[in-house]
Amino acid sequence: MTELRGVGIGLGIAQGAVARMAEPLPAPGDEPSSRSTDEETTRVRDAVAGVARELEQRGAQAGGAAQDVLEAQAMMAEDPSLEEEIDARIGAGKTAEFAVHDAFASFRDTLTAMGGYLGERAADLDDVAQRVIARLRGLPAPGVPDPGHPFVLVAKDLAPADTALLDLDKVLALVTTEGGPTSHTAILAREKSIVAVVGAVSATGLVDGEVVIVDAAAGVVTTQPTADELQRAQRRAADRAAASTAPITPGALADGTPVPLLANLGNPAGAADAVALGAEGVGLFRTEFLFLSSSSAPTIEQQRVSYEALLSAFPGKKVVVRVLDAGADKPLPFLNDAHEENPALGLRGLRALRASEDILREQLTALAEADAATRAGPDGGAELWVMAPMVATVEESDYFTAIAREYGIRTAGVMVEVPSSALLADRILEGADFASIGTNDLTQYTLAADRLLGSVASFQDPWHPAVLRLIREVGNAGRIHAKPVGICGEAAADPLLAIVLVGLGATSLSMAPTALADVRASLLQYSLDDARVIAEAALAANDAASAREAARAAAASITETGAAHAAAKSSS
Amino acid sequence: MPPTTRTVRIGSAHGLHARPAKMFAQAAKDSGIPVTIAKDSGKPVNAASILGVIALGIEQGDYVTLSADGDSAEATLDQLSELLSTDHDAA
Repeated sequence: MTELRGVGIGLGIAQGAVARMAEPLPAPGDEPSSRSTDEETTRVRDAVAGVARELEQRGAQAGGAAQDVLEAQAMMAEDPSLEEEIDARIGAGKTAEFAVHDAFASFRDTLTAMGGYLGERAADLDDVAQRVIARLRGLPAPGVPDPGHPFVLVAKDLAPADTALLDLDKVLALVTTEGGPTSHTAILAREKSIVAVVGAVSATGLVDGEVVIVDAAAGVVTTQPTADELQRAQRRAADRAAASTAPITPGALADGTPVPLLANLGNPAGAADAVALGAEGVGLFRTEFLFLSSSSAPTIEQQRVSYEALLSAFPGKKVVVRVLDAGADKPLPFLNDAHEENPALGLRGLRALRASEDILREQLTALAEADAATRAGPDGGAELWVMAPMVATVEESDYFTAIAREYGIRTAGVMVEVPSSALLADRILEGADFASIGTNDLTQYTLAADRLLGSVASFQDPWHPAVLRLIREVGNAGRIHAKPVGICGEAAADPLLAIVLVGLGATSLSMAPTALADVRASLLQYSLDDARVIAEAALAANDAASAREAARAAAASITETGAAHAAAKSSS
Repeated sequence: MPPTTRTVRIGSAHGLHARPAKMFAQAAKDSGIPVTIAKDSGKPVNAASILGVIALGIEQGDYVTLSADGDSAEATLDQLSELLSTDHDAA
């Protein structure tokens, strides 16, 4: 056996045969065709029809929303306008490959230039172009493999377009050679509870068909496993499956300290699933979905309807709504359409809302109205908390809490995503009612590494002791003022990091609902004192990887001691 | 015979992209006669071209003009207008 190391997502373990994702094809060159125009045209027609039928077939298998995407792609392949463009190029003596590549590229550029939603469709178009060119060359289509049996998918990293085509029932585990804990693959794995190890650099050597064990809890991929290892992995997987059916209890540590487990939601439609998985409320409700598809801000009435749907799904429970978090990275034409060199450092979050204060005021009006309406209803409504994104100064925090109170919002707080507000959390919490730490942005700003930039993805790790220190500052400030400090980034969904965060002073954890069961089980293993010891071990490390390792070692020694005590007790 | 035209207000909350665009282009294609769609007074594009339709960037509330020739033009445009004025994103 050989062990390949990476970053594990969650606590799962799985085994199975590897299927690699084919790499994208190099773009065809502009060489003159040696075939006749008719021959090239026939080749294109056959390839395009083949791809369209394949996409339709996959769509029929997938069903649901994926079917719509795939059928739309099939139509793109056979699009008459595209066909004209391809024919014109073949008529000019180009090869079928180049004609397809170039014609798709011209449409792609049009869509990209239109930005927003249409820009995203450019990726769908690229995928179709790659499939047609692969077929013309007689090569396997790039993208998700389909070996005809369940498999361990090994890829460089997964793009959103790949995951749309991914048949999750066939995927036993995900292994990527690139990408970190906040990569798209990691987010997907957490959302869908798929066993995953990301950033396993040496996994480039894995070949199709070889059997591996993927151990997310240890962050290890084991190649050429022994029969004994396979059996142990099988047993662990079975134990874990049993644990996932364990009764849903409110989040708490082993000593009974409550740690409410909340859900991150981006749409009221997700509420029912979150409740079913045991969410004790909502720790982060993103309101961007109301705004992203419109060229003008939604009306108060439109917003109120959505907020009421959300609040009435959580009667008597806490629901933390974040006001619109937009910026140059998620541009909204009515908010900020100025081009910025560094959108992450630009007019975004509360800064952008302050520049268009009427949008903030309308949102607060809609929230207050929805709150009042649901409270008057039969279930009595939820406990509404409202927070501002991207707060950098005490003055901004005071501004937001003051304006929120104007509208009768009883609990107004801020997100801590910028190191300055973590460092001054004690002053911020003098005025604000609570803090909620957004670990993804806090990490990107602390390490000065753009979280959307692949070349610096290795910096984007919330385990970094510098990030943990900042979280401790906020935790301490919460303790001093006796105010809640929540976590609502990806970090809270990591069962071990969740313990560290509680040890640093977090009082609630909010995550993708599918992560709740693992985190609930993890919390039940440690007391608050244990959590502090584990957090100290992580803080003392020099980098993210050693912090994770130190926390794991500290946690293991606690559970082993506990097991030894229990064994001693039962034998005496 | 002059082409039959119809001006319609878009009903889908997310405009004419994604699923509604697919449904519309598919219906235009299935009609078997050439149909064009134009946004406001813009250049008409082939309604059976999903890429052409998507690239018009049509939003909810926009007005589009459909145009077709031939015997079945009336019936086809009736059906397509119905499709466009319905909100397919309402769930």
